[in-house]
Parts: sequence; structure tokens; C-alpha cells
Amino acid sequence: MTAARDERERLSVEVWRGRDEGRFETFAVPHRANQTVLDVVTWIQRHAAPALAYRFACRVGVCGSCAMTVNGRPRWTCRTHVSKVAGADRRLRIEPLRNLPRIKDLAVDLTPFFEKWQRAQGRFTPTRNRADPLAPVSPESPARKAADAGIECINCAVCHAACDVVGWDPDYLGPAALNRAWTLVNDERDGDRRGVLQAAAAGGGCHSCHTHGSCVEHCPVGLNPTAGIAGLKRRSLLDLVGSGLP
Amino acid sequence: MSPARLYLLQRATALILAPLVLVHLGLILIAVEGGLTAAEILGRTRGSVGWAAFYGLFVLAAAIHAPIGLRNVIHEHTSWRGRSLGFATIALGLLLAGLGARAVIAVVAVP
Ligand code: SF4
Ligand code: SF4
Ligand code: FES
Repeated sequence: MTAARDERERLSVEVWRGRDEGRFETFAVPHRANQTVLDVVTWIQRHAAPALAYRFACRVGVCGSCAMTVNGRPRWTCRTHVSKVAGADRRLRIEPLRNLPRIKDLAVDLTPFFEKWQRAQGRFTPTRNRADPLAPVSPESPARKAADAGIECINCAVCHAACDVVGWDPDYLGPAALNRAWTLVNDERDGDRRGVLQAAAAGGGCHSCHTHGSCVEHCPVGLNPTAGIAGLKRRSLLDLVGSGLP
Repeated sequence: MSPARLYLLQRATALILAPLVLVHLGLILIAVEGGLTAAEILGRTRGSVGWAAFYGLFVLAAAIHAPIGLRNVIHEHTSWRGRSLGFATIALGLLLAGLGARAVIAVVAVP
């Protein structure tokens, strides 16, 4: 494809402007080869709407800050190619993520998302200090394998936006926080695994999950929060009969 | 009650209910197809410890299962929370248990 021909091809891009009240504004954006949705948003901000608010940092799928709703689905925009989502009519509709308070245009407030990580005790409790020798952890142990399966989360909140239960029940911790809790419950170095399990199984915790797997379907790095949440449910039931965790 | 306990109770009662419902539906079909009259049915159920146990367990499981499910639905789709929702859940369970027990007694008690 030549550059000249690309320039003639235009995408029709509707972008949400405003906060809760607002409207879609339509932009004609040059279609290029290998263009990502984030490239499109950046083009609009640089060439058509300098006041457009959106968030990104790494542009390579590491930082988790660029998630938006693209043609109705939550996605990491820096790794989503336009060709994958735009269809033959070359239309895009870009909105802020669902299930989070809006700030302006495409930027949402992630405070409730991270507060839920804290409520699920999604933080490591150390048992050693830097003077101690490294903890020997077998990468082959079933617990470590379970933790490894969920550890690569980039905190993008795509799953949080994809989960209907998060939308219905403001108390629900959501897939990302519970996935993090599951990795800690399986981390033998954590000093308060029982506390994590109890936080993750309290009101609004793992038992509220409907196991419908929308989080798995949308997680851009291929994690399976549903499986982790099922693990938390199982462990909390074992904990009821006294065979949970140390 | 903790969410884990409620979850356990609901799943356990679901496990109990599943076969009971199938047997119950099968029985209705057999009774209707076989042309049993109400008097003939009562003749078999009255004084039967087996039927009393079967439907007693059915009522108990349903009275636990349904209110927990309804509570979850209310929790997800309305802003009703807290103690009053807990009491309403218990009240519904008691109501179902009471109505169910009345029905079981009506078919198994010997007049
Ligand atoms: S499986 Fe659970 S956490 Fe994942 S989207 Fe469904 S309800 Fe939400
Ligand atoms: S689990 Fe997946 S979708 Fe959810 S925040 Fe982590 S990386 Fe994003
Ligand atoms: S900008 Fe960092 S993940 Fe997309």
C-alpha cells in the first residue's frame, strides 16, 4: 500500500467529549498501515482537538494506562490495531472505560479500581528484610504455578470494565483485585495469606462472581481471573472447615 | 453470616434440590398419566415416613436456597443493603419453610 493511497483513505472516528453529560464528536482520520487505536486518538489530539483528554504512557502494552472502550468493547488501545476493530466501513467509536467515574473525554478516574485492590489486600506482606537470604521458591510447586499464571497483570482495568457484576454491585471487588489476591494466597513468601483470603472472601468478594468469564474474554494479556476467583471460592470454603491456610 | 457460608449453603442446597426436583416432576407426570385421583394419591402419602422425609427435605432446601439467591439479586440490582436486607432474607426463608411445611403436613398427616 502506498502512503499516498493511505492518506486518501479516512477513518470515521466518533469520540466521546465531555464527562457524564456530553456527546460524540466525529473526526476524519487518515488511515495508515499498522495503525493502532491509540495512534488514532493521538492524531486527533495533535491535529484536530488539542483539548482532548486521554491517558497513555508506554505505548507498548506494559503500563496499562491506555484502556478505552472501542466499538463497544474495552481494549488496550496501544496494542489494538485499527484493522482488527474497524470493519469494512472504517468506523470507530471510542468511549471511556465502563464502570469507572469519568473525568473528561476518554480519561476515567481509577481511584475506585485501586481502592478495591487495597480492600482485597492485594499487596505483599513481607516476612524478611534485605539482610535475610533470598527465599527459596520452587517454580515447580503447584502454588507457585498458580501464582505465576496470574502475575502478569498490567492493571489496565479492562476486565473491571468488562465485568457486569462490577457494573451492578458497587461493592464488588472485581476481577483484577481478586486475581491479585489469588496470586498472593499462593505466594508462600507472603506473611498474611490468610488475611488476603479473608479480605477476598468478605462481602463483595469472590463469592459475588458469576463465573461468566467476560474478564477472561477481554484481558489483553490473556490472564484468567475467573479461574483465580474460583480458586479463592474453593479456598475460602476449605477455610470454613478449618483446612485453609497457615 | 459470612459470604462464604451463604455461598456454601446455596450450593449445597442446589445439589440437594436438583435430584429432588427431577423426582418431583417425574412423580407429577406419572400421577397425571396414570390417572391417579387425589384420594388415591393421599392414600399413598398419608402416614408415609418416606414421603414426609422426601418433601420435608425438599421444603427445607428450597427455603434456604431461594432467599439467598433472591438476596444476591437484590444486592446486585438495587441499593438495598445491611441488616434490613438480612432480616428480610430470613423472613422469606421462614415464610417458605412455614408454607412448605403446611403443604407437606397436609399430604402426609393421617387425619
Ligand atoms: S467471571 Fe466473575 S469477575 Fe469475571 S467478568 Fe464474570 S463476574 Fe466478573
Ligand atoms: S487481569 Fe488482565 S484485564 Fe484485568 S487489569 Fe490485569 S491485565 Fe488488565
Ligand atoms: S500505553 Fe501502556 S499499555 Fe497501552
